[in-house]
Amino acid sequence: MTIHQLSIFIENRSGTLIKVLEAFKEAKIQLIASTIADTAEYGILRIVCAEPMRACEELKKAGIAVALSDVFALQLDNKPGSAADVIKLFSQAGISITYIYTFLMRGKGILVFRTNNTDLARKTIAENNLPYIAEGDLAEWA
Amino acid sequence: MSNYFNPEFETLTREQIEALQLERLQKTVRHCMNNEFYRKKFAEAGITPDDIKSLADVRRLPFTTKQDLRDTYPFGMACVPIRDCVRLHSSSGTTGNPTVILHTQHDLDEWANQVARNLWMVGLRPDDVFQNSSGYGMFTGGLGFQYGAERMGMLTVPAAAGNSLRQIKFIKDFGTTAIHAVPSYVTRLYEVMKEEGVDPRRDTKLKVLAIGAEPHSEEQRRRIEDMMGVKAYNSFGMSEMCGPGVGFECPEQNGMHFWEDYYIVEIVDPETLEPVPDGEIGELVLTTLCREAMPLLRYRTRDLTRVLGRTCPCGRNHVRLDRMKGRSDDMMVLRGVNIFPIQIEKILMQFNELANNYLITLTTDEENDNMTVEVELAHSTDDYAHLQSLEKEIRRRLKDEILLTPIVKLVPLGTLPVSEGKAVRVVDKRKVYQ
Repeated sequence: MTIHQLSIFIENRSGTLIKVLEAFKEAKIQLIASTIADTAEYGILRIVCAEPMRACEELKKAGIAVALSDVFALQLDNKPGSAADVIKLFSQAGISITYIYTFLMRGKGILVFRTNNTDLARKTIAENNLPYIAEGDLAEWA
Repeated sequence: MSNYFNPEFETLTREQIEALQLERLQKTVRHCMNNEFYRKKFAEAGITPDDIKSLADVRRLPFTTKQDLRDTYPFGMACVPIRDCVRLHSSSGTTGNPTVILHTQHDLDEWANQVARNLWMVGLRPDDVFQNSSGYGMFTGGLGFQYGAERMGMLTVPAAAGNSLRQIKFIKDFGTTAIHAVPSYVTRLYEVMKEEGVDPRRDTKLKVLAIGAEPHSEEQRRRIEDMMGVKAYNSFGMSEMCGPGVGFECPEQNGMHFWEDYYIVEIVDPETLEPVPDGEIGELVLTTLCREAMPLLRYRTRDLTRVLGRTCPCGRNHVRLDRMKGRSDDMMVLRGVNIFPIQIEKILMQFNELANNYLITLTTDEENDNMTVEVELAHSTDDYAHLQSLEKEIRRRLKDEILLTPIVKLVPLGTLPVSEGKAVRVVDKRKVYQ
């Protein structure tokens, strides 16, 4: 029900992002979605990609420290209000969203997010029959 | 096999050590009369070799400093003709004339004996394989350990510093059981092992590390031991005395034995130059007792340490000194507070989240002097709040230790400069007001 996201701790300095992206290029792994949250000193680069496990190994080989984390990726209907409807379900279950970002896949919006309660989030997704992206779907994308 | 490489001298009683020291000191002082620099110094101090009647009379001798070595560059402190010397080692001389240390064949032999004694002491035997991952050339950690390990009878690999992949290949292919390196290089080596999927416990025969030449904290030693799965012993050396070999930890790991058949060890107050009581921190002052080419009398090492004891369960009654608190030269004075880099390191090493590399930068911001501590994060994370609370906790513990609050910057693994020699830990960019 979850996919692997790569989290890379990077410095706010020119040249640090390119080092990570070059490693992906070198390994011929396609990025699907990414986001950077930043503070004055550093940022966390979060990446969803085609082969996260291999990407993790390749980054490590390139000397880049990377953390793997489980995030949810839900597929939304292409109509106004669909994100609100989905998030509301989590909110009603008492689950907080830690962070959220989106991308498009097969013409549909995908909502990537992490919560403060993974188990309860799984239950919510199952009970409401929400369509989710599995890791295998990412490989297909590539 | 005996626990001692050199039982006769290693197991002397305190009385025997002191009797031997007096005899050797008298001989050394007489030998110094061959040199003009010392003759002048003795005349100024109003003493002659005949005045050395007891060991306490060592305090009547003048101190020698690094500046003396610079002023007499290159050969002004030789006590034998230069044709009788077979080697010299020289320091870099970044702050003035370099210093030169001369050796006769006898000096080199005795140096090798000291190093061999140390390596034997920590359990190495002739069937061990010793890899010396230390800089060669003028840096005494290279040739010093080379000759000592050979003297002990081990297969010795002069791997030198750097090229970590090749080091790891040697360790595996040659069945290396012991390594000598500076502590920052051991941690670097471990990082590369990890990247290469080499587990030092599973994939190597390593059992002993000799680490030295950089001041390091007990916390860093324990961390190195945990990483590599072996015992790490602290080694003290300085080129002025010969190089490595001067002091070394025994298996008790409770201070380094300084070999008193080779040196007279004094701990003095760096301001008053008066001796401090055992247990109190002061500057280490060493007098060589067996050197021919260039004996040094009461040499001020600038290293700060204290006496831990003069006996030991290992059977060696040679004085035990605490790990160096730092060099008086390394001391930073920030807003009137005296701080040693080792204090910062001690705190950083308490955090599992942090890697081993760190850099302290001193800057002037408007009128205030500030300290920035950059430290590498060992692992990446997806959790911001954790990073922020980590920074806060590091700041808090540093403040408890050094009494002022530094700026703490977490940086990704592998972004701080790695040196293959001694690590650079402090960069001082402060404006100096004249």
